[in-house]
Amino acid sequence: MDNVFAFLAHAGGRLDDSALELLGAARALFPGAAPIALAAGSGASLDAACQEAAASFAEVWKFDQEALAYPNAELLRPLLARVLPPGAIVLLPHSTLGMDLGPGLSVKLGAAYLPDVVDGAAAAGTTLEAVRQEFGGQVSSHVACDLSAGAVVTLRSGAFKADASRSAAGRVVDRSAEAAGLTARRRFLERVQAEAGDIDITREEVLVSVGRGIGDKENIALVEELAEAMGAALCCSRPIVDAKWLEKPRQVGTSGQTVKPKVYLALGISGSFQHLGGIKGNPFLVAVNKNPKAPIFQAASVGIVADLLELVPELTERIRKG
Amino acid sequence: MEILVCVKRVPDAAENEIVVEGGALRADDLVYSVNEWDNYAVEEAIQIVEREGGSVTVVTVGDGDSEEVLRREMAMGANQGLLLSDPAFAGADGLGLATILAAAVRKGTYDLVLTGALADDGAAQVGGMLAALLDWPFASLVNSIEVKGGLLRVGREIEGGTQEVSEIDLPCVLSIQTGINEPRYVGLRGIRKVASVELPVLDAAALGVAPPPARVRRVDYFVPPAGAGADMLTGTTAELAGQLVGLLKAKGGLK
Repeated sequence: MDNVFAFLAHAGGRLDDSALELLGAARALFPGAAPIALAAGSGASLDAACQEAAASFAEVWKFDQEALAYPNAELLRPLLARVLPPGAIVLLPHSTLGMDLGPGLSVKLGAAYLPDVVDGAAAAGTTLEAVRQEFGGQVSSHVACDLSAGAVVTLRSGAFKADASRSAAGRVVDRSAEAAGLTARRRFLERVQAEAGDIDITREEVLVSVGRGIGDKENIALVEELAEAMGAALCCSRPIVDAKWLEKPRQVGTSGQTVKPKVYLALGISGSFQHLGGIKGNPFLVAVNKNPKAPIFQAASVGIVADLLELVPELTERIRKG
Repeated sequence: MEILVCVKRVPDAAENEIVVEGGALRADDLVYSVNEWDNYAVEEAIQIVEREGGSVTVVTVGDGDSEEVLRREMAMGANQGLLLSDPAFAGADGLGLATILAAAVRKGTYDLVLTGALADDGAAQVGGMLAALLDWPFASLVNSIEVKGGLLRVGREIEGGTQEVSEIDLPCVLSIQTGINEPRYVGLRGIRKVASVELPVLDAAALGVAPPPARVRRVDYFVPPAGAGADMLTGTTAELAGQLVGLLKAKGGLK
């Protein structure tokens, strides 16, 4: 199979962690394939990324254009639709770039779209059976994807093991000319970092984190008191920031902060992968949730099925008493 | 600005435990509501129209039950609703839904189409596919919109709390991320007001469309096997608090 492609994200001359995970996934799902890497960008940074990729992929297609210096899906979509052969199977990271690029690319290629894959078995004939998650990870599903007209597949970060064998000694094929003349009706202007708050939760060793289970804004005071009694910092999951009950710098997750505490007390948090993706370093994770099937219990060291509104005041009082 | 917002009726996972039985979701346990992301998209459309003028149309693909989500969004302030319904639409995958919606977009004169960034039971795909079918520019995960002359200045939420700012030509399709605004409260009075409004229903013939056969289909649902598994504590609230204090002390969680 010579039609499996992996789109490599990179920045500052280094491949993103997702690049070798795509290679690992390609080898797991399409064992006979010789996956070809696709790398777009500009100048020395792209060259360095391509060299790094060639240590793992047998072939790397390089697309060097100034317009591609920033990974704008509105440019990458027509480029990939232009250069990929009919029936191509394209692997993308399920990142904010992959989500921007993937659905429309599948339409332009006339291919199936199989997003956010967390597991899967080797493709059998023209069918790929994969595992996805729904309802914030509460439920999984098996899905069958028809590969006969090609497919765009996005893979969740960390779902497939990175292939770090680095034995390819591959070649970089310069196909930059084919990327000439691309124009986009969405033009990148700038990147804006989130405002720094009065607290840096990324440096805290003990975190009390609160999610949707807190129910009401008034109840935030309960977890503030607990955090204070513990000498911990208060953080939260996305819905709490969306509701403006706590400020953005306190949000843990892929769209918020990445934290590395020793102890993480998760209160009323279901444990979507976006939230868990922001917790690194394997902390002692205590989860309190009313729903015994909440995905957080799969990641937790210790779990308690309880209403946090009852447990938290009791806990605070006991800690205060010493 | 004429804005079309695509909304969806979904099982409400935030309020309910989803139970799997025999490879399917247990239907009698499901409470449905408007997909959370779609509420933000409707609110954003209403706010744009309040500032710039124009109107907001909400559209959904579904059966008669889906009328309730259109009425809810009209009670919120959308000017009209549109139901796309036909037995031939049942079982449509993401591309099928995008194909049906694209036909509805072509029947109107919209400047802007909004969708939720994803649905609880979905795959964050319909907006991007719809844009590609219409050959309109697209931006996903949008968390700010500013109208600037004949184009929009939009912010996309990317990893690590960073925002990517771009300008995008109209007409375009945007998928809306939660947190872009605060969706307004829908009161009983608002719901009563639109309860008897007639909703146009367009079927496959009226739209002149047949969704393509699904190439991705769900085989079954299952509950993922527990990982290493948490050590589950049990007892009364007082007992639980006592055990937890002990564990937190031992692990350095109390200062």
